[in-house]
Amino acid sequence: MSSNVITVPVGQTEARPWVDELHQWLITVDHKRLGILYIVSSLLFLTLGGVEALIIRIQLMHSHNNFVSPEVFNRMFTMHGTTMIFFVAMPILFGFANYLVPLMIGARDMAFPRLNAFSFWLSFLGGLLLYFSFLGGSGLYGAGSAPDVGWWSYAPLGARAFSPGHSSDYWTLALLVSGFGSIGTAINIIATILCLRCPGMKISRMPLLVWMNLVMAGMVLLAITPLSAAQIMLLIDRYLGGHFFDTQAGGSAVLWMHFFWIFGHPEVYVLIIPCFAFMSEIIPVFSRKPIFGYPVMVAATVCIGFVSMSVWAHHMFTIGMNSYANSFFTLTTMVVGIPTGIKIFNWIGTMWGGRIQFKTPMLFSIGFLFQFLIAGLTGIMMAASPFDWQLSLSYFVVAHFHYVIVGGILFALFAAFYYWYPKMTGRMLSERLGKWHFWLFLIGFHLTFDVMHVPGILGMPRRIYTYEPGRGWDTLNFIISIGAFIQAIAILVFVANLIVSYFKGARVGNDPWDAWTLEWSVSSPPPAYNFATVPTVASRRPLWDLKHPEDPDSHYE
Amino acid sequence: MAGLIIAESAIFTIFVVAYLFYLGKSITGPTPSEVLETPIFYTICLLSSSLTIHLAAKFLERGIGFAFLGLWVLTIALGGLFLYGTAQEWHRLIYEHGLTISTNLFGTTYYSLVGLHAFHVTAGLIMLVTVAVFGFSGHVGVGQSGRIAVLSMYWHFVDVVWVVVFTVVYVLGR
Repeated sequence: MSSNVITVPVGQTEARPWVDELHQWLITVDHKRLGILYIVSSLLFLTLGGVEALIIRIQLMHSHNNFVSPEVFNRMFTMHGTTMIFFVAMPILFGFANYLVPLMIGARDMAFPRLNAFSFWLSFLGGLLLYFSFLGGSGLYGAGSAPDVGWWSYAPLGARAFSPGHSSDYWTLALLVSGFGSIGTAINIIATILCLRCPGMKISRMPLLVWMNLVMAGMVLLAITPLSAAQIMLLIDRYLGGHFFDTQAGGSAVLWMHFFWIFGHPEVYVLIIPCFAFMSEIIPVFSRKPIFGYPVMVAATVCIGFVSMSVWAHHMFTIGMNSYANSFFTLTTMVVGIPTGIKIFNWIGTMWGGRIQFKTPMLFSIGFLFQFLIAGLTGIMMAASPFDWQLSLSYFVVAHFHYVIVGGILFALFAAFYYWYPKMTGRMLSERLGKWHFWLFLIGFHLTFDVMHVPGILGMPRRIYTYEPGRGWDTLNFIISIGAFIQAIAILVFVANLIVSYFKGARVGNDPWDAWTLEWSVSSPPPAYNFATVPTVASRRPLWDLKHPEDPDSHYE
Repeated sequence: MAGLIIAESAIFTIFVVAYLFYLGKSITGPTPSEVLETPIFYTICLLSSSLTIHLAAKFLERGIGFAFLGLWVLTIALGGLFLYGTAQEWHRLIYEHGLTISTNLFGTTYYSLVGLHAFHVTAGLIMLVTVAVFGFSGHVGVGQSGRIAVLSMYWHFVDVVWVVVFTVVYVLGR
């Protein structure tokens, strides 16, 4: 199937000058290169967002600190949130989807390669636009300023009177532009999965990663667009004198909240479902067992996709909705816990009785399982609206969603990096540095975010610039900040690992992990054409069939 | 295209929700019942253009080029007529009733929703005209019928949206 390789005429394999090489990257429409561009650009934004987080943590290290001014502090948490969600988490997951989906379904490329390139450049330039606000936020008035109204930009803070200059406009336009990019990518992923599967790859035989990215793309179509619509309304308000969110003319600030969270909560699932996808590929391989309960996993994913569309207002329990609405959103939010629980049990069921190999990807996956469970539990706590009335807008909430995003999404992403890096570069990441990275990050993570729940319960509100001494928050905040620095060191180890291994890592063949999905049947890194001959698939684990012709999966499915 | 239509539907849904939510919430006039007139003729124009584009695509599949081009031009004319109707209505609202996008909530939501739809009609017309130009230079044949079918899907979508907008703005909203 994969052993035959197209031989390239000698003249075409010579090394090109680097300007030429760079030019090739700029104009590329190859899904693998675009995937890598997505990932690398997200890592750059991750660094920026991380530095902003560190500035926030230094400021909050002890009471009455004035490391930065209050204005800068507001900009930092706004930019941190916006960057991490829109320009780190989403594009990096799109990058992996771009790279892996065509390889896993035996396709030559995405369905619309040029749309793919267009979407990437939209997302990337959206990010640049956001950061340009540091220079151009106040237009010609002098010193620039970044947006400082929080990543929700709640009305009326986003209105002209409260957000003069152009900083909020950069925020709006950046999200609008990158939102169109996301919609393009989502359409592309759906079309690719539905139309370009190789012979034998029935929809019931697709790897779970492909399934989950299909659900994710469907959610992007329905979740990102309300945000785009709301941003258009905000622009109309700011530039054409409209009154959508202008309470003085009868407009409604609450409507903005609804529109934002109709986007905002499904967005969380847009981010976490691809991470479930990584888990569903990595855990079986390192447990040496096929995934437990494939059909149930698919059903649970689709179920999460549907239910998560109806939970948004649990972000708004404190605005005074009536008790029926509160009960409804409490109920739907708790219902999401059921399919998610099914997934966690399925992963544990996959590990149960398996010959588990504790390689770095597996370590991060196990970390994901525990942390995502705890994040889910605090989520259930806050789904109960009376409990939420107590803790909304406190550091407890901050701890909860960082537990999801860092403890869940970021750990899954690290697992994915260690797992697919050999496929993308042809070299292994160092296991030794990987272990350092894992343990340092784990310790830093728990030091920061476990402790962060406590000042929340003690009443520390989020987004405060500083606090009075003697409330019992000082020591806790100090520990949280120390944890943040340990995480930063771990990230440095990770980056060092990425760079060093690119040049010095052990070279690998097609299939270093003895895995089962189609991307491991081609060379590492894969050739531009992916598959020399179109593969034919007879089961969910095509490479198992290939390696064990005496006992293929196709006999049992 | 189906994916794009789902995404577009979500955008329109949000604008329709905003329109319905703000019905009757305007603090100052004019109100919809005072100033809006139902554009029956232009609605018929737009809806019948769905029929003509459908027939045009069918003729192209069967390779009857001149019938395709004729119906295609008719579609463009009907779409253009609809846009003219919208322009006339806006002109009347602005100059006779003094209703602009910043007058009150009705103005804001009305111009956004109808404007968003008109924008989609305009985008559609640009694509239709492009096809017509290629058609007259003899570059559209049976081989392109797949793409033409996709474009006609978009045009049907724009029509369906108008049915919703019409119901919301001119029937329910008054």
